[in-house]
Amino acid sequence: MSTLSQSSQKALSLKAPSRSKIFMHILRTRAFHSKVDGFISLCFFAILLTAIYSIFNWALLDAVWLEESVAQCQAAAGACWSVIDARYKLILFGLYPYDLHWRPTLACIAIVTTIILSCLPTFWSTKRLSILWVVGFFTFFFLMRGGILGLTHVPTGQWGGLALTLFLFSSVVLLGMPMGLGLALARRSKLPVISYGVSIFIDLIRSLPLLTTLFVAAVVMPILLPDWMVGDKIWRVIIAFALFFACYQAEVFRGGFQAIHKGQFEAGDALGLSYYQILANIIMPQVFRHSLPGTINMVVVTFKETAIVIIIGFFDVLASANAAFGSALWAPYYMEVYVFVGLIYWSFIFSLSQYGVYLKKRMRIASH
Amino acid sequence: MSATRNKRPNAKNRLIQMLFLAVVILVIAGAFSSARTNLADLGISSGFNFLDRSTGWGYSFSLLETNVNDPYKWTLFSGFVNTLFLGTLTIITSTILGFLVGTARDSHNITIQAIATIFIQTFRNIPLILQLVFWYSVLIHMPSPRQAYDLFDIAYLSNRGFMIPSINASPIFFIAILIVLTGYWMLKNRIPQLKQLPTKRLYVTLFGITVLYLLFFIDGPLLSIPELKGLRFVGGTTVPVELVTMIISTSLYGAAYIGEIVRGGLNEVPKGLVEAGNSLGLNERMVWWKIKVPMALRTIIPPLGNQWVFMMKATTVGVAIGFSDLFMLISTSITQSGQTLELIAILMSAFLLINFSLAQFVNYLNTRMRLKGH
Repeated sequence: MSTLSQSSQKALSLKAPSRSKIFMHILRTRAFHSKVDGFISLCFFAILLTAIYSIFNWALLDAVWLEESVAQCQAAAGACWSVIDARYKLILFGLYPYDLHWRPTLACIAIVTTIILSCLPTFWSTKRLSILWVVGFFTFFFLMRGGILGLTHVPTGQWGGLALTLFLFSSVVLLGMPMGLGLALARRSKLPVISYGVSIFIDLIRSLPLLTTLFVAAVVMPILLPDWMVGDKIWRVIIAFALFFACYQAEVFRGGFQAIHKGQFEAGDALGLSYYQILANIIMPQVFRHSLPGTINMVVVTFKETAIVIIIGFFDVLASANAAFGSALWAPYYMEVYVFVGLIYWSFIFSLSQYGVYLKKRMRIASH
Repeated sequence: MSATRNKRPNAKNRLIQMLFLAVVILVIAGAFSSARTNLADLGISSGFNFLDRSTGWGYSFSLLETNVNDPYKWTLFSGFVNTLFLGTLTIITSTILGFLVGTARDSHNITIQAIATIFIQTFRNIPLILQLVFWYSVLIHMPSPRQAYDLFDIAYLSNRGFMIPSINASPIFFIAILIVLTGYWMLKNRIPQLKQLPTKRLYVTLFGITVLYLLFFIDGPLLSIPELKGLRFVGGTTVPVELVTMIISTSLYGAAYIGEIVRGGLNEVPKGLVEAGNSLGLNERMVWWKIKVPMALRTIIPPLGNQWVFMMKATTVGVAIGFSDLFMLISTSITQSGQTLELIAILMSAFLLINFSLAQFVNYLNTRMRLKGH
């Protein structure tokens, strides 16, 4: 009797293990499971620490920070961030007129805000998302371009740096998304000519490298098109890039369509709804939901791929980075410039893809 | 799918399709006619006759024998070979590296896992072309050949490239051996006479032929090792900086992606199978080889195939640092000869061919890996 009450008391007094205990448990099972395991752990831990320590030293402790102190760079063991201090405006805004730099600054803030806002579930309806993106994009566009409200006109040829990269990215996604939906619907069409024609087009574009598509738009299109249709190179490239995006996005949407049971169409028919009513009110909301992870993946990939436009002669953030260390004074510090640009790309892409991972997890929980 | 649409008049459907076809044909015809007038204005005659003309320009890297007077067709073929070579090489290196990283990511040891995670998150989240120009800058800032980094006195790394020892033998011989072997593997299951042939004897014969060839049919030393003579290296093979850059950056980028694919596949393996292996007394390595990998391959192969196709296409980015792949030679040919449409058509068909063959290969792997009896 007494032993029983003792043990039940013991059971009642069981607490969640303390943090240090959990830590020790993880160490024991996941780092020092056996002798060999412990040895490996120690080795890799040492390597990791050395790497972090030397990067920390190079980037922060031994670094030279200001443009004025560039003379110390030669002697310093660490990074020479002077080059960034001196050239960051070139890297961010390219050859945009210097005294108007407040405009691309605001424009970039506007578009980044648009991207962040569209990650919030509050904005997840076709209507809200389209309004958000159209407003965000045109704020960006008119701030950059000017020509209205007394702002000086700046032609697209003078845009550059991060601002140009963001412009390419946002216009490709904005144009490509409805195009992708259109292609996906056309591929599902009951009319064989349309569905075959569109399938061939999608598969053709998908099997060619992006660079060839953009190259064709930049170099070959002026030959194929009559003179009045040629237009500006940047628009041709954006349309080609958007088409490329649309072909991949169409496949993502197709996956979303395949996840929807046939019965849903039939239920709509039974209720007497028209094809477009069924599509807009029953099917599309579910398709968007199913294809959300794939879409985010496509957006991430597209952001990465915009870097390729340097090859066909655009002054994007990578080209302006090359220009930033392109003088005799700054030439030795190419590493710092690439690390800076790499960090810009990395933070954008990493946060977007982590967001994608989070969404996937959220949806998996929701579907259980 | 929907009853209402089946009831729609057929004539309307037909009309829509005819309109669609008409628009497509009109667009293509319009493009052709305006291309013809535009090209006629530039004084360029269309057709593939230019392929026999001599190019008159050279390029940095080629696996084949080339010179300035080669006809266009040889130059383009050499570019195609370069693309295939680089693509295949990076596919192999990044797949091996990717399996390592993916396994490390799946390891129970947190330090190994941490390093693999850092690797994947670094190389996956930076555009390939940025990594490319980064490694290129690093490599061309290497010391000159006279102060080259010395790797065990047989290989040297300098700003001119990577000097490695080479075998003093004709590559054609090895290609022939490879063809015989691939032919044997591919036809083994179709031709009964080949199946009766003992595999071991074939390998021994081929090995014997190789040894005989290397011993008696080569003049000069068998192995040529690079040596510093004056300002440059003599002997061995020099892997040019552009190629080294392409191999490093594409392999790392691809390995990060493949690492994630492999980790995903290993994650999908049911826990019970691994536990069953453990309780049978298999050690960790055997569980990995005999249970995890064969099971995981079924989920890994389809996305892996996509990644391979991507890597073949990614070779085109090499133009940024002047690696003479097919795309670079095509674009140079366009500026030099003006035969834009023909050259673009060649480029497209080359990539269609590559993608199609890769897809076939992945399909073959897929059928090989499918669960028996399913």
